[in-house]
Amino acid sequence: MNLALNLVAMKTIVRKEVVRVLRIWVQTIVPPAITMTLYFIIFGNLIGRRIGTMDGFDYMQYIAPGLIMMSVITNSYGNVVSSFFGAKFGRHIEEMLVSPMSNASIIIGHVAGGVLRGVLVGLLVTVIALFFTRLEVTHPIITITIVLLSSTVFALAGFINAVFAKKFDDISIVPTFVLTPLTYLGGVFYSISLLPEFWQKVSLANPILYMVNAFRYGILGTSDISIGVAYGILIVFVLVLFTACLQMLNRGVGIRE
Amino acid sequence: MEALSIRNLTKTYANGTEALKGINFSVQAGDFYALLGPNGAGKTTAIGIITSLVNKTGGDVEIFGHNIDKELEAAKTCIGLVPQEINMNLWEKVHNVLLNQAGYYGLGRKLALERAEKYLRELRLWDKRNDSARSLSGGMKRRLMIARALVHEPKLLILDEPTAGVDIEIRRSMWAFLREINAAGTTIILTTHYLEEAESLCRHVAIIDEGTIIEDARMSDVLRKLQREVFILNLAEPLESAPDLEGFESVLVDERELEVDRGPDVTLNDLFAQLNARGIEIVSLRNKANRLEELFMKLVESKQEEAREADVV
Repeated sequence: MNLALNLVAMKTIVRKEVVRVLRIWVQTIVPPAITMTLYFIIFGNLIGRRIGTMDGFDYMQYIAPGLIMMSVITNSYGNVVSSFFGAKFGRHIEEMLVSPMSNASIIIGHVAGGVLRGVLVGLLVTVIALFFTRLEVTHPIITITIVLLSSTVFALAGFINAVFAKKFDDISIVPTFVLTPLTYLGGVFYSISLLPEFWQKVSLANPILYMVNAFRYGILGTSDISIGVAYGILIVFVLVLFTACLQMLNRGVGIRE
Repeated sequence: MEALSIRNLTKTYANGTEALKGINFSVQAGDFYALLGPNGAGKTTAIGIITSLVNKTGGDVEIFGHNIDKELEAAKTCIGLVPQEINMNLWEKVHNVLLNQAGYYGLGRKLALERAEKYLRELRLWDKRNDSARSLSGGMKRRLMIARALVHEPKLLILDEPTAGVDIEIRRSMWAFLREINAAGTTIILTTHYLEEAESLCRHVAIIDEGTIIEDARMSDVLRKLQREVFILNLAEPLESAPDLEGFESVLVDERELEVDRGPDVTLNDLFAQLNARGIEIVSLRNKANRLEELFMKLVESKQEEAREADVV
Protein backbone atom coordinates (compact mmCIF):
# COMPACT_ATOMS: atom_id res chain seq x y z
CA MET A 1 0.00 0.00 0.00
CA ASN A 2 1.27 3.45 -0.93
CA LEU A 3 1.24 5.27 2.42
CA ALA A 4 1.83 8.77 1.02
CA LEU A 5 -1.03 8.36 -1.48
CA ASN A 6 -3.38 7.12 1.23
CA LEU A 7 -2.47 9.95 3.61
CA VAL A 8 -3.28 12.53 0.93
CA ALA A 9 -6.52 10.67 0.12
CA MET A 10 -7.57 10.58 3.79
CA LYS A 11 -6.78 14.27 4.21
CA THR A 12 -8.91 14.96 1.14
CA ILE A 13 -11.90 13.13 2.61
CA VAL A 14 -11.50 14.95 5.95
CA ARG A 15 -11.24 18.32 4.20
CA LYS A 16 -14.30 17.50 2.11
CA GLU A 17 -16.22 16.52 5.26
CA VAL A 18 -15.24 19.71 7.10
CA VAL A 19 -16.26 21.81 4.11
CA ARG A 20 -19.59 19.95 4.02
CA VAL A 21 -20.25 20.45 7.75
CA LEU A 22 -19.47 24.15 7.53
CA ARG A 23 -21.39 24.60 4.27
CA ILE A 24 -24.59 23.24 5.83
CA TRP A 25 -23.94 24.61 9.35
CA VAL A 26 -27.64 25.37 9.81
CA GLN A 27 -28.28 21.61 9.63
CA THR A 28 -25.11 20.37 11.31
CA ILE A 29 -24.16 22.84 14.05
CA VAL A 30 -27.21 24.89 14.98
CA PRO A 31 -29.80 22.14 15.81
CA PRO A 32 -27.67 20.37 18.46
CA ALA A 33 -26.83 23.73 20.02
CA ILE A 34 -30.53 24.66 20.27
CA THR A 35 -31.56 21.20 21.54
CA MET A 36 -28.89 21.17 24.22
CA THR A 37 -29.75 24.72 25.32
CA LEU A 38 -33.34 23.54 25.81
CA TYR A 39 -32.13 20.51 27.80
CA PHE A 40 -30.09 22.80 30.05
CA ILE A 41 -33.01 25.18 30.57
CA ILE A 42 -35.72 22.56 31.10
CA PHE A 43 -33.97 19.62 32.74
CA GLY A 44 -31.11 21.44 34.38
CA ASN A 45 -32.56 24.75 35.39
CA LEU A 46 -36.32 24.30 35.83
CA ILE A 47 -36.64 20.64 36.85
CA GLY A 48 -33.09 20.28 38.20
CA ARG A 49 -33.64 22.86 40.93
CA ARG A 50 -36.33 20.64 42.44
CA ILE A 51 -34.19 17.48 42.17
CA GLY A 52 -31.35 18.83 44.27
CA THR A 53 -28.01 17.02 44.15
CA MET A 54 -26.90 13.78 42.52
CA ASP A 55 -23.70 12.00 43.57
CA GLY A 56 -22.82 15.17 45.48
CA PHE A 57 -23.17 17.55 42.48
CA ASP A 58 -26.01 19.89 41.68
CA TYR A 59 -28.22 18.38 39.00
CA MET A 60 -27.24 20.84 36.27
CA GLN A 61 -23.57 20.03 36.85
CA TYR A 62 -24.33 16.30 36.92
CA ILE A 63 -26.15 16.16 33.59
CA ALA A 64 -23.80 18.53 31.70
CA PRO A 65 -21.13 15.88 30.85
CA GLY A 66 -23.86 13.45 29.72
CA LEU A 67 -25.44 16.07 27.48
CA ILE A 68 -22.07 16.97 25.98
CA MET A 69 -21.35 13.28 25.33
CA MET A 70 -24.83 12.79 23.89
CA SER A 71 -24.24 15.57 21.37
CA VAL A 72 -20.79 14.20 20.50
CA ILE A 73 -21.98 10.68 19.76
CA THR A 74 -25.17 11.61 17.90
CA ASN A 75 -23.29 14.07 15.69
CA SER A 76 -20.40 11.70 14.97
CA TYR A 77 -22.90 9.03 14.01
CA GLY A 78 -25.13 11.41 12.07
CA ASN A 79 -22.27 12.92 10.08
CA VAL A 80 -20.89 9.64 8.80
CA VAL A 81 -24.23 8.00 8.11
CA SER A 82 -25.59 10.98 6.16
CA SER A 83 -22.37 11.75 4.32
CA PHE A 84 -21.54 8.19 3.28
CA PHE A 85 -25.13 7.30 2.43
CA GLY A 86 -25.42 10.59 0.52
CA ALA A 87 -22.33 9.58 -1.47
CA LYS A 88 -23.89 6.20 -2.20
CA PHE A 89 -27.23 7.72 -3.12
CA GLY A 90 -25.67 10.38 -5.38
CA ARG A 91 -23.22 7.76 -6.71
CA HIS A 92 -20.23 9.99 -6.06
CA ILE A 93 -18.91 7.23 -3.84
CA GLU A 94 -17.69 5.89 -7.19
CA GLU A 95 -15.12 8.70 -7.23
CA MET A 96 -13.48 7.01 -4.25
CA LEU A 97 -14.07 3.43 -5.34
CA VAL A 98 -12.33 3.84 -8.70
CA SER A 99 -9.36 5.59 -7.10
CA PRO A 100 -6.34 3.70 -5.78
CA MET A 101 -6.91 4.69 -2.15
CA SER A 102 -7.42 1.75 0.17
CA ASN A 103 -10.73 0.84 1.76
CA ALA A 104 -9.16 1.50 5.17
CA SER A 105 -8.45 5.08 4.06
CA ILE A 106 -12.08 5.53 2.98
CA ILE A 107 -13.23 4.39 6.42
CA ILE A 108 -10.65 6.39 8.39
CA GLY A 109 -11.30 9.55 6.36
CA HIS A 110 -15.05 9.41 6.96
CA VAL A 111 -14.67 8.44 10.61
CA ALA A 112 -12.24 11.32 11.17
CA GLY A 113 -14.78 13.66 9.57
CA GLY A 114 -17.47 12.34 11.92
CA VAL A 115 -15.20 12.68 14.96
CA LEU A 116 -14.35 16.25 13.99
CA ARG A 117 -18.02 17.20 13.76
CA GLY A 118 -18.75 15.41 17.05
CA VAL A 119 -15.93 17.25 18.80
CA LEU A 120 -16.89 20.59 17.22
CA VAL A 121 -20.50 20.25 18.38
CA GLY A 122 -19.28 18.93 21.76
CA LEU A 123 -17.16 22.05 22.24
CA LEU A 124 -20.09 24.27 21.32
CA VAL A 125 -22.36 22.46 23.81
CA THR A 126 -19.63 22.80 26.45
CA VAL A 127 -19.58 26.55 25.89
CA ILE A 128 -23.38 26.62 26.20
CA ALA A 129 -23.16 24.52 29.39
CA LEU A 130 -20.81 27.09 30.90
CA PHE A 131 -23.63 29.64 30.74
CA PHE A 132 -25.65 27.42 33.08
CA THR A 133 -23.13 25.75 35.37
CA ARG A 134 -19.50 25.61 36.39
CA LEU A 135 -17.44 22.81 34.84
CA GLU A 136 -13.86 21.99 35.72
CA VAL A 137 -12.06 19.17 34.01
CA THR A 138 -10.77 16.85 36.73
CA HIS A 139 -8.97 14.37 34.44
CA PRO A 140 -8.15 16.07 31.09
CA ILE A 141 -6.50 13.05 29.44
CA ILE A 142 -9.42 10.77 30.32
CA THR A 143 -11.89 13.42 29.12
CA ILE A 144 -10.19 13.83 25.75
CA THR A 145 -9.49 10.14 25.10
CA ILE A 146 -13.01 9.09 26.07
CA VAL A 147 -14.52 11.71 23.76
CA LEU A 148 -12.32 10.60 20.87
CA LEU A 149 -12.93 6.89 21.44
CA SER A 150 -16.69 7.32 21.89
CA SER A 151 -17.08 9.46 18.80
CA THR A 152 -14.96 6.97 16.85
CA VAL A 153 -17.21 4.09 17.95
CA PHE A 154 -20.32 5.94 16.83
CA ALA A 155 -18.77 7.21 13.62
CA LEU A 156 -17.92 3.58 12.75
CA ALA A 157 -21.44 2.49 13.68
CA GLY A 158 -22.78 5.25 11.41
CA PHE A 159 -20.58 3.96 8.62
CA ILE A 160 -22.03 0.45 8.96
CA ASN A 161 -25.55 1.88 8.96
CA ALA A 162 -24.75 3.80 5.76
CA VAL A 163 -23.27 0.73 4.09
CA PHE A 164 -26.48 -1.25 4.64
CA ALA A 165 -28.90 1.63 4.03
CA LYS A 166 -30.79 1.49 0.76
CA LYS A 167 -33.06 4.50 1.26
CA PHE A 168 -33.12 7.60 3.44
CA ASP A 169 -35.55 5.95 5.89
CA ASP A 170 -32.86 3.39 6.67
CA ILE A 171 -30.49 6.02 8.02
CA SER A 172 -33.02 7.35 10.52
CA ILE A 173 -34.21 3.98 11.89
CA VAL A 174 -31.12 3.25 13.99
CA PRO A 175 -30.82 6.75 15.53
CA THR A 176 -34.54 6.80 16.33
CA PHE A 177 -35.07 3.29 17.61
CA VAL A 178 -31.64 2.36 18.97
CA LEU A 179 -29.40 5.35 19.56
CA THR A 180 -31.88 7.69 21.25
CA PRO A 181 -33.32 5.11 23.70
CA LEU A 182 -29.85 3.85 24.60
CA THR A 183 -28.66 7.41 25.16
CA TYR A 184 -31.59 8.29 27.41
CA LEU A 185 -31.11 5.02 29.33
CA GLY A 186 -27.33 5.48 29.41
CA GLY A 187 -27.15 7.53 32.59
CA VAL A 188 -27.19 10.97 31.01
CA PHE A 189 -29.91 12.21 33.39
CA TYR A 190 -29.48 9.90 36.38
CA SER A 191 -27.07 7.73 38.28
CA ILE A 192 -27.84 4.03 37.80
CA SER A 193 -27.55 3.65 41.58
CA LEU A 194 -31.10 5.09 41.65
CA LEU A 195 -32.39 2.07 39.70
CA PRO A 196 -33.53 -1.24 41.21
CA GLU A 197 -30.74 -3.82 41.24
CA PHE A 198 -32.13 -5.75 38.25
CA TRP A 199 -32.26 -2.65 36.05
CA GLN A 200 -28.80 -1.64 37.21
CA LYS A 201 -27.51 -4.93 35.77
CA VAL A 202 -29.49 -4.47 32.58
CA SER A 203 -28.04 -0.96 32.24
CA LEU A 204 -24.53 -2.41 32.27
CA ALA A 205 -25.25 -3.93 28.86
CA ASN A 206 -25.69 -0.44 27.41
CA PRO A 207 -22.39 0.75 25.92
CA ILE A 208 -23.44 4.39 26.14
CA LEU A 209 -23.54 4.08 29.93
CA TYR A 210 -19.76 3.49 29.90
CA MET A 211 -19.11 6.43 27.62
CA VAL A 212 -21.25 8.86 29.59
CA ASN A 213 -19.88 7.74 32.94
CA ALA A 214 -16.25 7.69 31.84
CA PHE A 215 -16.66 11.20 30.42
CA ARG A 216 -18.42 12.34 33.61
CA TYR A 217 -15.50 10.89 35.54
CA GLY A 218 -13.10 12.91 33.39
CA ILE A 219 -14.97 16.12 34.15
CA LEU A 220 -16.49 15.67 37.63
CA GLY A 221 -14.42 12.80 38.97
CA THR A 222 -17.49 10.61 39.66
CA SER A 223 -18.69 7.48 37.82
CA ASP A 224 -21.09 4.54 38.22
CA ILE A 225 -18.68 2.17 36.48
CA SER A 226 -14.97 1.30 36.38
CA ILE A 227 -12.98 3.55 34.03
CA GLY A 228 -10.73 0.64 33.05
CA VAL A 229 -13.75 -1.37 31.94
CA ALA A 230 -15.01 1.66 29.95
CA TYR A 231 -11.67 1.95 28.12
CA GLY A 232 -11.64 -1.80 27.48
CA ILE A 233 -15.15 -1.77 26.05
CA LEU A 234 -14.50 1.27 23.88
CA ILE A 235 -11.25 -0.13 22.46
CA VAL A 236 -12.89 -3.48 21.72
CA PHE A 237 -15.79 -1.70 20.01
CA VAL A 238 -13.43 0.38 17.88
CA LEU A 239 -11.47 -2.68 16.77
CA VAL A 240 -14.52 -4.85 16.11
CA LEU A 241 -16.44 -2.14 14.26
CA PHE A 242 -13.44 -1.07 12.17
CA THR A 243 -12.78 -4.69 11.18
CA ALA A 244 -16.44 -5.12 10.28
CA CYS A 245 -16.41 -1.95 8.16
CA LEU A 246 -13.25 -3.06 6.38
CA GLN A 247 -14.62 -6.53 5.68
CA MET A 248 -17.79 -5.03 4.26
CA LEU A 249 -15.94 -2.64 1.95
CA ASN A 250 -13.53 -5.36 0.85
CA ARG A 251 -16.48 -7.58 -0.05
CA GLY A 252 -18.30 -4.66 -1.63
CA VAL A 253 -21.37 -4.98 0.61
CA GLY A 254 -23.89 -2.30 -0.32
CA ILE A 255 -21.51 -0.52 -2.68
CA ARG A 256 -20.52 -2.96 -5.42
CA GLU A 257 -22.67 -5.22 -7.53
CA MET B 1 2.25 -3.15 -24.83
CA GLU B 2 -1.30 -4.04 -23.90
CA ALA B 3 -3.17 -1.29 -22.09
CA LEU B 4 -5.94 -3.71 -21.23
CA SER B 5 -6.14 -7.45 -21.38
CA ILE B 6 -9.33 -9.33 -20.57
CA ARG B 7 -9.38 -13.11 -20.41
CA ASN B 8 -12.46 -15.31 -19.89
CA LEU B 9 -14.24 -12.58 -17.97
CA THR B 10 -17.55 -13.72 -16.53
CA LYS B 11 -20.16 -12.00 -14.44
CA THR B 12 -23.33 -13.51 -13.05
CA TYR B 13 -25.45 -11.20 -10.93
CA ALA B 14 -27.14 -12.32 -7.71
CA ASN B 15 -30.48 -12.61 -9.56
CA GLY B 16 -28.90 -15.17 -11.91
CA THR B 17 -28.47 -12.83 -14.91
CA GLU B 18 -25.37 -13.85 -16.85
CA ALA B 19 -24.09 -10.44 -17.97
CA LEU B 20 -20.69 -11.63 -19.30
CA LYS B 21 -20.13 -15.13 -20.63
CA GLY B 22 -16.36 -15.40 -20.73
CA ILE B 23 -15.31 -12.48 -22.91
CA ASN B 24 -11.78 -11.97 -24.24
CA PHE B 25 -10.31 -8.85 -25.75
CA SER B 26 -7.25 -6.68 -25.50
CA VAL B 27 -6.50 -3.06 -26.20
CA GLN B 28 -3.05 -1.93 -27.32
CA ALA B 29 -1.44 1.07 -25.64
CA GLY B 30 -2.21 4.24 -27.59
CA ASP B 31 -5.27 2.77 -29.30
CA PHE B 32 -8.69 4.40 -29.61
CA TYR B 33 -11.00 1.46 -29.05
CA ALA B 34 -14.78 1.26 -29.39
CA LEU B 35 -16.83 -1.15 -27.33
CA LEU B 36 -20.25 -1.32 -28.88
CA GLY B 37 -23.39 -3.26 -28.18
CA PRO B 38 -27.12 -2.88 -27.66
CA ASN B 39 -28.56 -1.94 -24.26
CA GLY B 40 -27.98 -4.68 -21.72
CA ALA B 41 -25.26 -6.32 -23.83
CA GLY B 42 -22.71 -6.21 -20.98
CA LYS B 43 -20.64 -3.11 -21.88
CA THR B 44 -21.22 -1.26 -18.61
CA THR B 45 -20.70 -4.44 -16.60
CA ALA B 46 -17.34 -4.98 -18.33
CA ILE B 47 -16.33 -1.38 -17.62
CA GLY B 48 -17.56 -1.73 -14.04
CA ILE B 49 -15.28 -4.73 -13.53
CA ILE B 50 -12.28 -3.03 -15.16
CA THR B 51 -12.74 -0.01 -12.86
CA SER B 52 -13.53 -2.05 -9.71
CA LEU B 53 -17.12 -0.87 -9.41
CA VAL B 54 -18.45 -4.36 -10.06
CA ASN B 55 -17.11 -7.62 -8.63
CA LYS B 56 -16.31 -10.16 -11.31
CA THR B 57 -17.42 -13.77 -11.12
CA GLY B 58 -14.40 -15.17 -12.97
CA GLY B 59 -11.58 -14.42 -15.37
CA ASP B 60 -8.63 -12.06 -15.44
CA VAL B 61 -8.23 -8.37 -16.06
CA GLU B 62 -4.86 -6.71 -16.51
CA ILE B 63 -4.31 -2.99 -16.92
CA PHE B 64 -0.87 -2.11 -18.28
CA GLY B 65 0.30 -5.47 -16.95
CA HIS B 66 -1.21 -5.00 -13.48
CA ASN B 67 -3.65 -7.77 -12.58
CA ILE B 68 -6.62 -6.30 -10.70
CA ASP B 69 -6.64 -9.26 -8.30
CA LYS B 70 -2.98 -8.83 -7.33
CA GLU B 71 -2.03 -5.19 -8.00
CA LEU B 72 -5.31 -3.34 -7.72
CA GLU B 73 -3.79 -0.05 -6.54
CA ALA B 74 -1.34 0.10 -9.46
CA ALA B 75 -4.08 -0.93 -11.89
CA LYS B 76 -6.48 1.75 -10.63
CA THR B 77 -3.81 4.45 -10.90
CA CYS B 78 -3.65 3.82 -14.67
CA ILE B 79 -7.39 4.35 -15.25
CA GLY B 80 -9.60 7.39 -15.63
CA LEU B 81 -13.33 6.77 -15.88
CA VAL B 82 -16.08 8.89 -17.39
CA PRO B 83 -19.21 6.95 -16.45
CA GLN B 84 -22.53 6.84 -18.22
CA GLU B 85 -24.49 8.42 -15.37
CA ILE B 86 -23.65 11.71 -13.67
CA ASN B 87 -21.91 10.57 -10.50
CA MET B 88 -20.48 13.63 -8.83
CA ASN B 89 -21.53 15.53 -5.77
CA LEU B 90 -23.72 18.15 -7.38
CA TRP B 91 -23.55 20.34 -4.26
CA GLU B 92 -19.78 20.58 -4.57
CA LYS B 93 -18.07 23.46 -6.33
CA VAL B 94 -16.71 22.61 -9.78
CA HIS B 95 -13.15 23.30 -8.62
CA ASN B 96 -13.56 21.05 -5.57
CA VAL B 97 -14.87 18.17 -7.71
CA LEU B 98 -11.46 18.07 -9.41
CA LEU B 99 -9.41 18.81 -6.30
CA ASN B 100 -11.12 16.01 -4.39
CA GLN B 101 -10.56 13.54 -7.20
CA ALA B 102 -6.90 14.55 -7.42
CA GLY B 103 -6.62 13.99 -3.66
CA TYR B 104 -8.14 10.51 -3.93
CA TYR B 105 -5.34 9.67 -6.36
CA GLY B 106 -2.74 10.97 -3.93
CA LEU B 107 -1.84 14.19 -5.76
CA GLY B 108 -0.50 16.84 -3.38
CA ARG B 109 -2.42 20.10 -3.06
CA LYS B 110 -0.09 22.16 -5.25
CA LEU B 111 -0.12 19.65 -8.11
CA ALA B 112 -3.86 19.15 -7.70
CA LEU B 113 -4.46 22.90 -8.08
CA GLU B 114 -2.28 23.01 -11.21
CA ARG B 115 -3.99 20.01 -12.80
CA ALA B 116 -7.47 21.24 -11.90
CA GLU B 117 -6.76 24.56 -13.58
CA LYS B 118 -5.21 22.86 -16.62
CA TYR B 119 -8.16 20.55 -17.29
CA LEU B 120 -10.88 23.04 -16.35
CA ARG B 121 -9.34 25.45 -18.87
CA GLU B 122 -8.97 22.74 -21.54
CA LEU B 123 -12.60 21.75 -21.15
CA ARG B 124 -13.71 25.40 -21.01
CA LEU B 125 -15.01 25.24 -17.45
CA TRP B 126 -12.49 27.49 -15.71
CA ASP B 127 -14.98 30.38 -15.55
CA LYS B 128 -17.40 28.08 -13.74
CA ARG B 129 -14.91 26.89 -11.14
CA ASN B 130 -16.67 28.56 -8.21
CA ASP B 131 -20.17 27.48 -9.26
CA SER B 132 -21.76 24.39 -7.78
CA ALA B 133 -21.81 21.40 -10.12
CA ARG B 134 -25.60 21.30 -10.08
CA SER B 135 -25.78 24.71 -11.75
CA LEU B 136 -23.98 23.43 -14.87
CA SER B 137 -25.79 22.47 -18.06
CA GLY B 138 -25.89 18.81 -19.12
CA GLY B 139 -23.02 19.27 -21.58
CA MET B 140 -20.91 21.07 -18.98
CA LYS B 141 -21.49 18.28 -16.47
CA ARG B 142 -20.24 15.78 -19.07
CA ARG B 143 -17.16 17.92 -19.69
CA LEU B 144 -16.57 18.20 -15.96
CA MET B 145 -16.64 14.41 -15.69
CA ILE B 146 -14.01 14.22 -18.45
CA ALA B 147 -11.84 16.80 -16.65
CA ARG B 148 -12.28 14.85 -13.41
CA ALA B 149 -11.22 11.59 -15.09
CA LEU B 150 -8.09 13.27 -16.48
CA VAL B 151 -6.93 15.12 -13.38
CA HIS B 152 -4.50 12.35 -12.39
CA GLU B 153 -3.45 11.97 -16.04
CA PRO B 154 -4.33 8.30 -16.51
CA LYS B 155 -2.73 6.16 -19.19
CA LEU B 156 -6.10 4.58 -19.99
CA LEU B 157 -9.25 6.68 -20.28
CA ILE B 158 -12.57 4.84 -20.34
CA LEU B 159 -15.61 6.75 -21.55
CA ASP B 160 -19.01 5.13 -21.13
CA GLU B 161 -21.34 6.97 -23.49
CA PRO B 162 -19.75 10.35 -22.79
CA THR B 163 -21.75 12.30 -25.35
CA ALA B 164 -25.22 10.95 -24.51
CA GLY B 165 -27.68 13.83 -24.60
CA VAL B 166 -25.05 16.36 -25.62
CA ASP B 167 -25.74 18.71 -28.51
CA ILE B 168 -23.82 18.26 -31.75
CA GLU B 169 -21.56 21.29 -31.31
CA ILE B 170 -20.35 20.18 -27.88
CA ARG B 171 -20.13 16.59 -29.10
CA ARG B 172 -17.80 17.61 -31.91
CA SER B 173 -15.64 19.72 -29.61
CA MET B 174 -15.43 16.74 -27.26
CA TRP B 175 -14.37 14.54 -30.18
CA ALA B 176 -11.63 16.99 -31.07
CA PHE B 177 -10.43 17.00 -27.48
CA LEU B 178 -10.45 13.20 -27.25
CA ARG B 179 -8.49 12.93 -30.54
CA GLU B 180 -5.97 15.37 -29.09
CA ILE B 181 -5.36 13.44 -25.86
CA ASN B 182 -5.26 10.17 -27.77
CA ALA B 183 -2.63 11.64 -30.09
CA ALA B 184 -0.70 12.69 -26.99
CA GLY B 185 -0.53 9.03 -25.92
CA THR B 186 -3.61 8.30 -23.80
CA THR B 187 -5.27 5.00 -24.66
CA ILE B 188 -9.04 5.47 -24.96
CA ILE B 189 -11.87 2.98 -24.71
CA LEU B 190 -15.22 4.37 -25.76
CA THR B 191 -18.70 2.98 -25.55
CA THR B 192 -21.34 4.89 -27.42
CA HIS B 193 -24.74 4.60 -28.98
CA TYR B 194 -23.69 7.06 -31.68
CA LEU B 195 -22.05 4.66 -34.10
CA GLU B 196 -20.98 7.58 -36.24
CA GLU B 197 -18.93 8.66 -33.21
CA ALA B 198 -17.18 5.30 -33.00
CA GLU B 199 -16.58 5.21 -36.76
CA SER B 200 -15.14 8.69 -36.72
CA LEU B 201 -12.91 8.32 -33.65
CA CYS B 202 -11.90 4.72 -33.12
CA ARG B 203 -9.28 2.53 -34.80
CA HIS B 204 -10.45 -0.73 -33.26
CA VAL B 205 -13.93 -1.96 -32.49
CA ALA B 206 -15.39 -4.78 -30.42
CA ILE B 207 -19.08 -5.56 -30.56
CA ILE B 208 -20.61 -7.22 -27.56
CA ASP B 209 -24.04 -8.78 -27.47
CA GLU B 210 -25.69 -10.81 -24.72
CA GLY B 211 -22.44 -11.04 -22.81
CA THR B 212 -20.37 -12.33 -25.74
CA ILE B 213 -17.91 -10.57 -28.03
CA ILE B 214 -19.26 -11.09 -31.55
CA GLU B 215 -16.71 -8.95 -33.41
CA ASP B 216 -13.27 -7.62 -32.50
CA ALA B 217 -11.10 -6.15 -35.23
CA ARG B 218 -9.67 -2.99 -36.78
CA MET B 219 -12.42 -0.52 -37.64
CA SER B 220 -11.33 -0.47 -41.31
CA ASP B 221 -11.44 -4.29 -41.54
CA VAL B 222 -14.85 -4.39 -39.94
CA LEU B 223 -16.23 -1.79 -42.33
CA ARG B 224 -14.70 -3.63 -45.28
CA LYS B 225 -16.90 -6.60 -44.44
CA LEU B 226 -19.85 -4.61 -45.68
CA GLN B 227 -20.60 -5.90 -49.14
CA ARG B 228 -23.29 -3.41 -49.97
CA GLU B 229 -23.74 0.25 -49.39
CA VAL B 230 -26.69 2.53 -50.12
CA PHE B 231 -26.19 6.08 -51.38
CA ILE B 232 -28.65 8.90 -51.88
CA LEU B 233 -27.87 11.03 -54.92
CA ASN B 234 -29.26 14.54 -55.33
CA LEU B 235 -29.95 15.21 -58.98
CA ALA B 236 -29.44 18.46 -60.87
CA GLU B 237 -32.44 17.79 -63.15
CA PRO B 238 -35.64 15.88 -62.29
CA LEU B 239 -36.10 12.30 -63.54
CA GLU B 240 -39.33 10.53 -64.38
CA SER B 241 -38.13 7.03 -63.54
CA ALA B 242 -35.10 5.33 -62.01
CA PRO B 243 -32.39 4.56 -64.61
CA ASP B 244 -31.32 0.98 -65.24
CA LEU B 245 -27.72 0.80 -63.93
CA GLU B 246 -25.63 -2.36 -64.35
CA GLY B 247 -24.35 -3.67 -61.01
CA PHE B 248 -26.55 -1.26 -59.04
CA GLU B 249 -30.14 -1.29 -57.85
CA SER B 250 -31.72 2.12 -58.08
CA VAL B 251 -34.98 3.56 -56.79
CA LEU B 252 -36.31 7.04 -57.39
CA VAL B 253 -37.20 8.47 -53.99
CA ASP B 254 -38.62 11.62 -55.60
CA GLU B 255 -37.94 13.32 -58.89
CA ARG B 256 -34.64 14.86 -57.67
CA GLU B 257 -33.49 12.09 -55.33
CA LEU B 258 -32.15 8.73 -56.43
CA GLU B 259 -31.36 5.86 -54.05
CA VAL B 260 -28.59 3.57 -55.32
CA ASP B 261 -27.59 0.26 -53.76
CA ARG B 262 -23.96 -0.57 -54.62
CA GLY B 263 -23.38 -4.25 -55.19
CA PRO B 264 -20.31 -6.25 -54.12
CA ASP B 265 -18.20 -6.07 -57.30
CA VAL B 266 -18.68 -2.52 -58.48
CA THR B 267 -17.22 0.83 -57.55
CA LEU B 268 -18.55 4.36 -57.39
CA ASN B 269 -16.50 5.10 -60.53
CA ASP B 270 -18.68 2.58 -62.38
CA LEU B 271 -21.76 4.35 -61.09
CA PHE B 272 -20.60 7.80 -62.16
CA ALA B 273 -19.52 6.49 -65.56
CA GLN B 274 -22.99 5.06 -66.20
CA LEU B 275 -24.73 8.21 -64.91
CA ASN B 276 -22.51 10.41 -67.12
CA ALA B 277 -23.30 8.24 -70.13
CA ARG B 278 -27.01 8.87 -69.49
CA GLY B 279 -26.47 12.61 -68.99
CA ILE B 280 -27.61 12.49 -65.37
CA GLU B 281 -25.89 15.21 -63.39
CA ILE B 282 -25.25 14.65 -59.67
CA VAL B 283 -25.18 17.64 -57.29
CA SER B 284 -24.26 15.74 -54.12
CA LEU B 285 -24.36 12.33 -52.53
CA ARG B 286 -24.54 10.87 -49.01
CA ASN B 287 -24.68 7.48 -47.31
CA LYS B 288 -28.22 6.41 -46.59
CA ALA B 289 -27.29 4.77 -43.29
CA ASN B 290 -24.24 4.88 -41.12
CA ARG B 291 -22.07 2.02 -42.31
CA LEU B 292 -21.11 0.85 -38.87
CA GLU B 293 -24.71 1.02 -37.77
CA GLU B 294 -25.65 -1.23 -40.64
CA LEU B 295 -22.94 -3.74 -39.82
CA PHE B 296 -23.80 -3.58 -36.15
CA MET B 297 -27.45 -4.40 -36.84
CA LYS B 298 -26.41 -7.18 -39.21
CA LEU B 299 -24.16 -8.82 -36.63
CA VAL B 300 -26.64 -8.50 -33.79
CA GLU B 301 -29.51 -9.75 -35.93
CA SER B 302 -27.54 -12.76 -37.23
CA LYS B 303 -26.64 -13.61 -33.62
CA GLN B 304 -30.30 -13.46 -32.63
CA GLU B 305 -31.20 -15.56 -35.67
CA GLU B 306 -28.67 -18.20 -34.62
CA ALA B 307 -30.13 -18.23 -31.13
CA ARG B 308 -33.65 -18.68 -32.50
CA GLU B 309 -32.49 -21.56 -34.72
CA ALA B 310 -30.76 -23.21 -31.77
CA ASP B 311 -34.02 -22.93 -29.79
CA VAL B 312 -35.97 -24.62 -32.59
CA VAL B 313 -33.42 -27.47 -32.78
